[in-house]
Amino acid sequence: MIRKLFDIIANNAVPAVFIIISAFAIPLSGYSASYLVQELLTRIGRNSFLILSLLIPIMAGMGLNFGMVLGAMAGQIGLLFIYDWGIVGIPGMVLACLIGTPIAIVLGIFCGHIMNRAKGREMVTGYILGFFINGVYQMVVLYLMGWIIPITNPTLLLSRGYGVRNAVSLLGIRGVLDNIIPTIITGTKDATQFLNINGGKSFLLLQLPFLEGSIRLPLATLIVIALFCVFIMWFRRTKLGQDMRAIGQSQSVADSAGIPVNRTRIIAIVISTVLACYGQIIYLQNMGTLNTYNSHDQAGMFSIAALLIGGASVSRATIANVFAGVILFHLMFIVAPVAGKNLIGDAQIGEYFRVFVSYGIIAISLVLHAWRRNREREASRRSLRGNKGGE
Amino acid sequence: MIRRFIQNAGWPRIIIALFLLSLFIAAPFVGVRVDTSLSNTLVRFGMNGVMVLAMIPMVQAGCGLNFGLPLGIIAGLLGATLSIEWNTEILAWLSSLGTQYKISWLNDMFITAWREPLGFASAIVIAVPIAAILGWFYGKLLNRVKGDEMMIATYVGFSSVSFMCIAWLLLPYKHPTMVWGYAGKGLRTTISVEGYWLHVLSDALALDIQTDDIHLYIPTGMLIFFAVMAVIVWIFMRTKTGTAMTAVGSNPEFARASGVNVDHMRTVAVMMSTILGAIGIIVYEQSFGFIQLYMGPFYMALPAVASILLGGASVNKAGILNVIVGTFLFQGILTMTPSVINSYLQTDMSEVIRLIVSNGMILYALTRKVRAGR
Repeated sequence: MIRKLFDIIANNAVPAVFIIISAFAIPLSGYSASYLVQELLTRIGRNSFLILSLLIPIMAGMGLNFGMVLGAMAGQIGLLFIYDWGIVGIPGMVLACLIGTPIAIVLGIFCGHIMNRAKGREMVTGYILGFFINGVYQMVVLYLMGWIIPITNPTLLLSRGYGVRNAVSLLGIRGVLDNIIPTIITGTKDATQFLNINGGKSFLLLQLPFLEGSIRLPLATLIVIALFCVFIMWFRRTKLGQDMRAIGQSQSVADSAGIPVNRTRIIAIVISTVLACYGQIIYLQNMGTLNTYNSHDQAGMFSIAALLIGGASVSRATIANVFAGVILFHLMFIVAPVAGKNLIGDAQIGEYFRVFVSYGIIAISLVLHAWRRNREREASRRSLRGNKGGE
Repeated sequence: MIRRFIQNAGWPRIIIALFLLSLFIAAPFVGVRVDTSLSNTLVRFGMNGVMVLAMIPMVQAGCGLNFGLPLGIIAGLLGATLSIEWNTEILAWLSSLGTQYKISWLNDMFITAWREPLGFASAIVIAVPIAAILGWFYGKLLNRVKGDEMMIATYVGFSSVSFMCIAWLLLPYKHPTMVWGYAGKGLRTTISVEGYWLHVLSDALALDIQTDDIHLYIPTGMLIFFAVMAVIVWIFMRTKTGTAMTAVGSNPEFARASGVNVDHMRTVAVMMSTILGAIGIIVYEQSFGFIQLYMGPFYMALPAVASILLGGASVNKAGILNVIVGTFLFQGILTMTPSVINSYLQTDMSEVIRLIVSNGMILYALTRKVRAGR
């Protein structure tokens, strides 16, 4: 009974702590509700896809896919090419995805093979693999682009003639997906002003009587994300999805049941890598600038932290965890620096606090998971000895 | 014979050693001095050696590669900053000790003359207990998460570094050379150790030949310090505790059956690792000249891990020779690639090469099938 209670608390401790922190930090920050909702909606559109890409490897029992940065790098290479060719708008985004896909598939297969050689250490291996491929990525982007790989647009290149600049402005595709269906939610009394300002362009206008101010809704992005959630729910029911879940339960049992374990694991990683590639493209179309050498670094860390904050663990994650995580993590993202400034008079402390919490949460989740697993292993060993009643 | 050597050394090591050798051979042709390069390699070897040494106890006790090295580094940083903050007080206290207990050699003249080495020693004396305490908790934590040590160690390192970022801002340091000038509080991102213990080890007994033909600098003191630490670790691994530790690492079930307390041994190993990490960063700083706070220690575990693996260690077996060979090879490549390759290609590829070599080496070690019975 007590153990059950402990398990319930342990399973939901992380989101609960975050709700409490936010409950204190939101009033301290002094932000209005409509501002926070606007920011959160933007960030849900920006980050959810990346986080959703983590779900499938977890299903296959491979833990948090720290190797998702590989996909992010593939997406960035796609974006660099469409920038060079000057293709803008939705066609540009689709083309970036098309270029990124084969790169992500190759990287995913590579990553899957490496992880199959390091079973039981997938996470740390994926994490180091991210650094390793980052080195290769830098070599390609910093030395080969403009030298062996043709890049013609001089605004993309460093002044020495080869190598890509650190900051690339993605004005051509900035917000294109978000604004396919321009949508504004506004309070009834503010509605008229929008009718006047945006007179020329057509847009959806939703009116909510109780709302103060107005909120822009990235409707198309949210639709894409919703479709993707449906895909994941469908995928779980397919043969492949069932195989992955079986492997996640026990590799040896799955193997005796005739499931090709290694191959299925590689497929799980490939899907995750390709989705991370699309996720990074969606993320960057919202941001509007590409930091060639840093953007992908944070993609993995922030996505994993957000998923864990949403209550997921290394072996179990649902779609609900993803959205709870995005909302809680980014709520803190928005309010922590201002709350820190208002509380102690130093925004830097809030910023460091946020970084500390992201890393700390990952550490605690990993510890809790390993701890629970070891305890279960111990319990099953004890039951084998036939000592039934004893603790 | 040759085949056995290749088998023992492993292909990646041989390729990297040959690469380094070719860099040294190519150096004169692109106008890079071999003697200066060698001196730089030796200096970097001395700077990083102790931190690489910190990997041994944990690897031997079966806790895997110590990606949590930043925890030890933080203890070292606390020792270093406190030794500067309390420099005057410590020296005054020593002098009062001398008078109180009538120790004739511990007089003011001695203290003034040995001000810098005493400051350095005080940094280590402060850092070691902090490291021991942190290491104890860290060891207890790792005992609960057997099998997942490396990933958790990484994030323990990361979260402790980011936690200390807040602490460096809030701790009540007062010393004017260390806090931000305009605010009067909060430590600076880099603190110079000049005037405290800059180069105390490096310049001790250093061989410094600067003529027209030869530019050679050997930081003898630092190398001796590393040798002493290495010998201590070597002897320790051969004591009863050390042997038990190795037994725990190679076969925990067997060790438990022979009456070894597995968890206790692992805790001791983690504490040792953390303490060595703390000493290692202080040695690094006295040579580098600066204490790097905030995000400085963030990625410091990776080069150390890569070094020992490059030296031939695996995830569960490491020795002193691995440390020496690995640190020399790794630091050699770090020294030589910027100078040689840059003169040849006119670009700076060192960062990329460092990333690929160090992480490739770690990947190689992680994916290697662990051979049983060795």
